Amino acid sequence: MSNMNTKDKGTPHIDGEMVDFTIDGFKARAPKGTSILRAASDIGINIPKLCATDIVKPYGSCRLCLVEIEGRTGTPSSCTTPIAAGMEIKTQTERLKKLRRGVMELYISDHPLDCLTCAANGDCELQDMAGAVGLRDVRFEQGHNHLGQAKDISNPYFDFDPSKCIVCARCVRACEEVQGTFALSIDGRGFASHINAGVNEDFFNSECVSCGACVNACPTGTLIEKSVVEIGQPEHSKITTCAYCGVGCTFEAQMRGDELVRMVPYKDGRANRGHSCVKGRFAYGYAEHQDRILKPMIREKIGDAWQEVDWDYAFEYTAKKLREIESKYGNKAIGGITSSRCTNEETFLVQKLIRAGFSINNVDTCARVCHSPTGYGLKQAFGTSAGTQDFDSVEHVDVAIIIGANPTDGHPVFASRLKKRIREGAKLIVIDPRRIDMVQSPHIKADYHLPLRPGTNVAMVTAFAHVIVTENLVDRDFINQKCDIDEYQAWAEFVSDARHSPENIAPLCGVNAEDIRAAARLYAISGNGAIYYGLGVTEHSQGTTTVMAIANLAMATGNIGRKGVGVNPLRGQNNVQGSCDMGSFPHEFSGYRSVSDDAVRATFEEKWGAKLSNVAGLRIPNMLDEAVAGNFKALYCQGEDILQSDPNTHHVSSALANMECVIVQDLFLNETANYAHIFLPGCTFLEKDGTFTNAERRIQRVRKVMQPKNGLADWEVTQKLGLALGMNWHYNHPSEIMDEIAELTPSFAGVNYEKLEKLGSVQWPCDDTHPEGSPIMHIDKFANGKGKFIITEYVPTLEKTGPKFPLLLTTGRILTQYNVGAQTRRTPNQKWHDEDLLEINPIDAEIRGIIDGDFVKLQSRSGETALRAKITDRVSAGVVYTTFHHPDTQANVITTELSDWATNCPEYKVTAVQVSKTNGETEYQKKYSKFSDENRHIGHAK
Amino acid sequence: MKIFIPQDSISLALGADLISKKITQSGHEIIRNSSRGLHFLEVLIEVEIDGARHGFGPISSKDIDQLIANGFSKSHSKYLGIVDELPLLKKQNRLSFSRCGINAPLDYDVFLSLGGAQALAKAKSIGAQKTIDEIKISGLRGRGGAGFPAAIKWQTVKDVQSNQKYIICNADEGDSGNFADRAFMEGDPFGLIEAMAIAGFALGASVGYIYIRSEYPIAIKLLKAAIEIAKARGLLEDFDLQVFVGAGAYVCGEETALLESIEGKRGMVRAKPPIPALEGLFGKPTLVNNVLSFAAIAPIILNGGAHYAGFGTGRSLGTIPVQLSGNVKNGGYYELPFGMTLRELIYEIGGGVKSGREFGAVQIGGPLGAYFTSENLDLIFDYETLAQAGGILGHGSLVVFDDTIDFLKMARFAFEFCAHESCGKCTPCRIGSTRGVETMDRIIAGENQYELVDDLCETMKFGSLCALGGFTPYPVQSAIKAWRGKNV
Repeated sequence: MSNMNTKDKGTPHIDGEMVDFTIDGFKARAPKGTSILRAASDIGINIPKLCATDIVKPYGSCRLCLVEIEGRTGTPSSCTTPIAAGMEIKTQTERLKKLRRGVMELYISDHPLDCLTCAANGDCELQDMAGAVGLRDVRFEQGHNHLGQAKDISNPYFDFDPSKCIVCARCVRACEEVQGTFALSIDGRGFASHINAGVNEDFFNSECVSCGACVNACPTGTLIEKSVVEIGQPEHSKITTCAYCGVGCTFEAQMRGDELVRMVPYKDGRANRGHSCVKGRFAYGYAEHQDRILKPMIREKIGDAWQEVDWDYAFEYTAKKLREIESKYGNKAIGGITSSRCTNEETFLVQKLIRAGFSINNVDTCARVCHSPTGYGLKQAFGTSAGTQDFDSVEHVDVAIIIGANPTDGHPVFASRLKKRIREGAKLIVIDPRRIDMVQSPHIKADYHLPLRPGTNVAMVTAFAHVIVTENLVDRDFINQKCDIDEYQAWAEFVSDARHSPENIAPLCGVNAEDIRAAARLYAISGNGAIYYGLGVTEHSQGTTTVMAIANLAMATGNIGRKGVGVNPLRGQNNVQGSCDMGSFPHEFSGYRSVSDDAVRATFEEKWGAKLSNVAGLRIPNMLDEAVAGNFKALYCQGEDILQSDPNTHHVSSALANMECVIVQDLFLNETANYAHIFLPGCTFLEKDGTFTNAERRIQRVRKVMQPKNGLADWEVTQKLGLALGMNWHYNHPSEIMDEIAELTPSFAGVNYEKLEKLGSVQWPCDDTHPEGSPIMHIDKFANGKGKFIITEYVPTLEKTGPKFPLLLTTGRILTQYNVGAQTRRTPNQKWHDEDLLEINPIDAEIRGIIDGDFVKLQSRSGETALRAKITDRVSAGVVYTTFHHPDTQANVITTELSDWATNCPEYKVTAVQVSKTNGETEYQKKYSKFSDENRHIGHAK
Repeated sequence: MKIFIPQDSISLALGADLISKKITQSGHEIIRNSSRGLHFLEVLIEVEIDGARHGFGPISSKDIDQLIANGFSKSHSKYLGIVDELPLLKKQNRLSFSRCGINAPLDYDVFLSLGGAQALAKAKSIGAQKTIDEIKISGLRGRGGAGFPAAIKWQTVKDVQSNQKYIICNADEGDSGNFADRAFMEGDPFGLIEAMAIAGFALGASVGYIYIRSEYPIAIKLLKAAIEIAKARGLLEDFDLQVFVGAGAYVCGEETALLESIEGKRGMVRAKPPIPALEGLFGKPTLVNNVLSFAAIAPIILNGGAHYAGFGTGRSLGTIPVQLSGNVKNGGYYELPFGMTLRELIYEIGGGVKSGREFGAVQIGGPLGAYFTSENLDLIFDYETLAQAGGILGHGSLVVFDDTIDFLKMARFAFEFCAHESCGKCTPCRIGSTRGVETMDRIIAGENQYELVDDLCETMKFGSLCALGGFTPYPVQSAIKAWRGKNV
């Protein structure tokens, strides 16, 4: 149901010229076209309503919001009647009162009167309206009714009780208009009308994606969270930010005491505008999971049982270990990894600890393995390591390119917003090896799907540029005014070469040349063009080159600097933008400033009172290489599971095994912890204060709704470790860390918690010139002065198919699981996806004798694993696909050491593999499983 | 000797095909025309001798051998005389239905010879605005039931700027007792096409749909064939017209549900505003007119609006095909000017009660229309008079009952009809219709629940989203009133 602290105004907001009207004798103003219902609500007159809710268009079915309008006959519904100048409206007359009671009497004549034991008691609009209209009697005898029907409890998170349904269709409309899945409909007619999931299926087996929009929309107890059924109604709430993907949805955590009753998407959330997905809305149960480690633990060596220790001992022990290693091997042997799942403040502290505590820049972040090419590529082109837009911008898009992203699974709330725009008529081009849902789903059909061969992005995007330049579809004025002309000329000459023509690269990419031409033209001429991309762009040996090619395309067509356009990286994790902003990279301080810049470094040295290194430190792959070589000995790894998530697992495990002190700070004993010596328990986003920065550079508050179960927030853990290492830190609250970030980082100069409270959120850069932040960047000019066109020569990856490994493996993720699955695997989301599957085209399956569900062995030159096959034409022949959510599969045993030329971002998306039938798990999987069990033994407390 | 045998739905149901086959076998030249509307005389066979058409009817397949053997002699017991001289045809003012029943409905040359295509040509010569002005002068009101001035709708669609507009003919004639739409489509399909083409020209719309119920297979077939012929013969230049067959929902006769249906959605009523004239089919300006409204267009354009306005009375101008059925002798449709009394319609035109018993009641305007009893028979048949008397004129149908009518059952039936046809969108109709049936059962069983039914009727009348729920109280309350008048 709705938010606790916002009002449902009945119909969506409408912009328009203000007009005067009179309502119940009061004079008022509202934008022309606003519904009478909303206009009344705005001035505090609450007309009874049931079928109207402000997240969907008005429907006019309940007939409670009827009003009388001077000079008009009848009693029109106020939700569907727009305000017009001079209207005189009456919301309460004898006739209206009688009508409303008559309607309510009908509703209640077909409703179970079990209010006192109903889970929606206290949060039921039907109940409220019965009170509001003054219903005192139901004179109809028990006749035909819908009472006593079986509940559908198939969904793990919510129940559907058809007996309580008033057929207002709010759920159906929310599924259509907000989520865009069209899983619900009304079946039957007249009195027999009823809500139908899928084609007479239960909710779980229907197309329902469990986003929860229908549950929010339901005015009664018909669709209700199981948690509310079990716990009861919440009594207070706090606004916070989702800790899953980079969309950064705002949620209202509805609480009973310190018990979380439910997470409800917040209508005023700028990124999500009241919408959510199955992960943020429902999959928070991992916070309470029995696997959570709540006490610090240490052990002498890998294979030993863990010993629980108290916090003080843990810090003292850890500091001692680190200092010993420092003195034995030097500071170069020590490094840290910050987490894109932790807050800005926590990330900032970890990098500060390494830089200031050890005078070394060996700090990196998991963005290394996802969006580091975005940071680098966009900085080169535009001068800023971030996307150019806000998510609201999607409402102004005329043509969208999605390349290397699967938004309906990875960024579902953004996908819903884009789908809505496409249903309004925007064009869509999908460039992806797989036929993702955005290619075709209910009422969505991409104008072009270019299913290119993995590894050929640069050739494809440069071919787009070839068409746009040679067919003279460039935006001359934009280029002349905002870009470096010489570089443009050189680039235009480069892309015009016939070798970049669609006809020339078509065989390479495996896509029809005419389609490439047509798609390029569509992007260039359709008005506002926006490019959305994900890891299918970055995780390649030419990841950075593709990012630059995309930037070229946007500049050449003038699609930068206003609403509805831009280059939009869809960030993977909740705070991947933030962790990069916070100086997590070994060569940069916060705000992307080089460690070798003496002036910048001096400000940090002064503030921190420490001598800092001017030499870039080790990246994660370098740390691992050095560890294998015996030079890197201690790692502080916060909130990341590199063993499962990083490529070439055998290499990662060898490196970890070769270290002397691996410190893992996490919620669970993850796979990396199998190689750890010290385990510091972490806490969830529900248990701490801080900020996350989402894909649109939006800095949003994370608010503590319950005490840390492990006793300390993650920033406190790092601070106490710092103190044990001799740092002079005394932060009382994360807001003080943010104050330090703002002081040291120009693009954050105007950010503070007080402002965030006031505005809800801000998008950096936020400084004196942009005190309320910057929703859209590069409006007047590029951050680096002139936009840079960069030559993007296509260089094929070294990873090639051949007789031994004839197929290309690409990896990705699925809606219900998140990243390495540490969180989602510990929720009922498992019900949808409890194992990684290998998608294989029917042709490739046929020639290997594979049938759907068979166990197959997946081999590359790096390693092999076994998993079940799913036969589907979603992937083209020659391409196979899997997810990496499950440690049993260890998909990264397969991936290779190849990486992006500029940033070392691994080439997860292209691995030459062979697939064959097998009987079961590989020897390695069995061995690792045993090893994993052995390394999770916890001994008695010390 | 040319013999005309109708092939409209009613005649076919009465064996016209077999009759036709037998006459053909006997070596006569035959033409399959349509009904002239005197349905009680179907199958009406017309034999053209020396330019005059002599009628025989009603002829059944049992009569036909004898009639052939008899050589279509005037002495035959079913001989009716010269058809054009039949009093029930002579009394009519057949403006809209002038071509119906005359000849083969798909003979384009006959259509031209009977004045077809001239109205379109005239509209194009006088221009769009003058065309609408003529309609305004004519006083034509929407014949679908609502009686909204047609010219205002046309003007609204004409005046709004849009890259696409639509013309839709509502041919989803689902009301029991109503059959004039079908009669017109089966009798003069080119006439409907011409009228829609005039609308397309006048309003700047390039696409049109005839939304027709699936229960009218003959009209569907004729219209589809007629559209092809019309295209080939130049009647449909710059206007893309197609037939859209409904899926069986009564409520799709409501214009917004009809639009949803054409859009491929479930047939459910939309709230207004926005009105279809501004945001109709696929959100574009759309003219939705009933078949009979279109049927009036060509005579208005050809003869001028003033000529049309010369018929009728008060604000109910022009003619309307009055459809008589039920317990009445002369069942059929009769194009007559507004202004006759119910008594004249039932007795002078309809010939009185067929069963020979006393008149009981007449339900006017379809299943959602009110029942009128003998004390109302002097009411004038026009929009305002019937509205003032608590009824509706609707689509112009009168269903006659004798004195055996069970009014409480009819009230119950009205709720039952509503419950059966409700789309289920709005609460008063969705739940109210079923509760109405149940409450009528209580009344029939002797309970005094009149106040509850009255309250329910008020809720449905003023609370329903469309006329289905909104008009159900007309038959309910009028029937209860009639019953209580006799019994309480």
